[in-house]
Amino acid sequence: MNVWKKLTANSIIQKLAQHRFLFEELVKRDFKRKYKRTVLGMFWSVLFPLITLMVLKIVFGTFFGRSIPNYTIYLFCGTLLFSYFRETTNTGMVALLNNAPIFSKINVPKYIFLLSASVSSLINFLLSLSVFFLFCIFDNISFSWKMLLLIYPIAGLTVFNIGVAMFVSCLYVFFRDMRYLYDIVLMLLMYMSAIFYSTDAFPPVYQKLFLLNPVYVYISYFRSIVINSAIPDWQISVLAIVYPFIALLFGCLLYKNLNRKFLYYV
Amino acid sequence: MSESKNIVLSCRNVSIRYITGDLKSIGLKEYILRKLTGAYSIQEFWADKNISFELCKGDLLGIIGTNGAGKSTLLKAVSGIMIPSSGNLYVRGKIAALLELAKGFDNELTVKENTFLRGALLGYSKNFMLEKYDEIIAYADLEEFQEHLFKQLSSGMKSRLAFAIACFVKPDILILDEVLAVGDGMFRKKSEQTMKEILANGVTGLFVSHSLTSVRKMCNKILWLDHGEQVTFTDRVQECCDAYEHFLTTKRLPAAHEIPVYAAEFQKKTAQK
Repeated sequence: MNVWKKLTANSIIQKLAQHRFLFEELVKRDFKRKYKRTVLGMFWSVLFPLITLMVLKIVFGTFFGRSIPNYTIYLFCGTLLFSYFRETTNTGMVALLNNAPIFSKINVPKYIFLLSASVSSLINFLLSLSVFFLFCIFDNISFSWKMLLLIYPIAGLTVFNIGVAMFVSCLYVFFRDMRYLYDIVLMLLMYMSAIFYSTDAFPPVYQKLFLLNPVYVYISYFRSIVINSAIPDWQISVLAIVYPFIALLFGCLLYKNLNRKFLYYV
Repeated sequence: MSESKNIVLSCRNVSIRYITGDLKSIGLKEYILRKLTGAYSIQEFWADKNISFELCKGDLLGIIGTNGAGKSTLLKAVSGIMIPSSGNLYVRGKIAALLELAKGFDNELTVKENTFLRGALLGYSKNFMLEKYDEIIAYADLEEFQEHLFKQLSSGMKSRLAFAIACFVKPDILILDEVLAVGDGMFRKKSEQTMKEILANGVTGLFVSHSLTSVRKMCNKILWLDHGEQVTFTDRVQECCDAYEHFLTTKRLPAAHEIPVYAAEFQKKTAQK
């Protein structure tokens, strides 16, 4: 559009530097706002997964606990990753709409609000992850070099989350019903992620169906590394990189298509 | 194209359309119902129709018109926030748009946090903000309120802060939407002075104002909009303002060629008084 605008290397670098500062400030804001006026503050992001874990352990411990070794860690892998997915996509969904007062007055790239919301969820996740490792120590999990491989599913899930958040946040601008629909999707997905049960009880064909659930793929990757200290089979490893790619592709396509229309709907 | 060197902003037949009566206003259930019954229809609403003007470096354009004339929408298009539905917009140089500045702050954050966030949004660098922060707070007279929550400020303080942060922009093109009038008498004087200094630096400016006095004082070009239509674009600022004031009392919109007549009538009337 701006045919006269000179896109020199200098101006691009300048622009990137400018947005980096904006990005920092947005992450700070999202993080601060989340715990504003709470007594426990950031402690909640550690406490909440622990309470969820405790509840599940009490409810399902006697039922599934006997047949699944390291049941606490087994559960924790599930709740940890699923909460990360839920939190990023839920906060990401409202990120565009909530920042509408800003981007309807100031010309900034709108995706930056999405990314900053994702990053503050990532920080939360990393906090819970450190508690997870503490639990691993208590549960006599052996730490080998393979633990480093956990970076792979974390990176995959992070990108997948951003892709999904992008997709749902675009839709949310147009359909406010998305919030409720997405809650239902999340609930379904939660029960299909084998968080508190094991898929071993199902016939092999059904076990394969679980792989259609991206969150399950990451959870089982985690479990395989942490509990069995084994590198997961190739299917899971491949899916862990395919799903983020698909999610990001669809997210970006939708964003690119609707991006210019947001202003009319906020 | 001999003049093109000097033209920093050119707006040709720009139209902006809003769509009403679709998803946004009826919700998903109604949308599906109406789609099924075939009763679905959308209405178009043109906020701006075929607006054309050109500005050279150093020009100050005043945009006048009654409420709902499409002034703010046009500014949004020029600043790149909105994309025109049709027409061409050429911009050369860095734009800073100061639109309804007191909005878009975060009520739950402190004044200090908001200042940094707004600075970042306006494209300032981190070092620049660290360096200028004290100056901004001093300018806005908010030294005692730095750690207060933003929502605890009075509306006058809010707009003072907004202005103080914004006045450090160094753009080639400055877009203002009624920000000249902020704060109490003393601050207004200071802000007007600052505005003049910014504009004196060879900036090209576009500003929307309901204060014809300041348009007459500052602008060398004028664009008159009415219900999305361009009434006129001219450099005869005084004449156009006269005609506009006449229009405000008579409520009859002049055609472009009638403007001198309207202006004359207005002059006659003021002379009588």
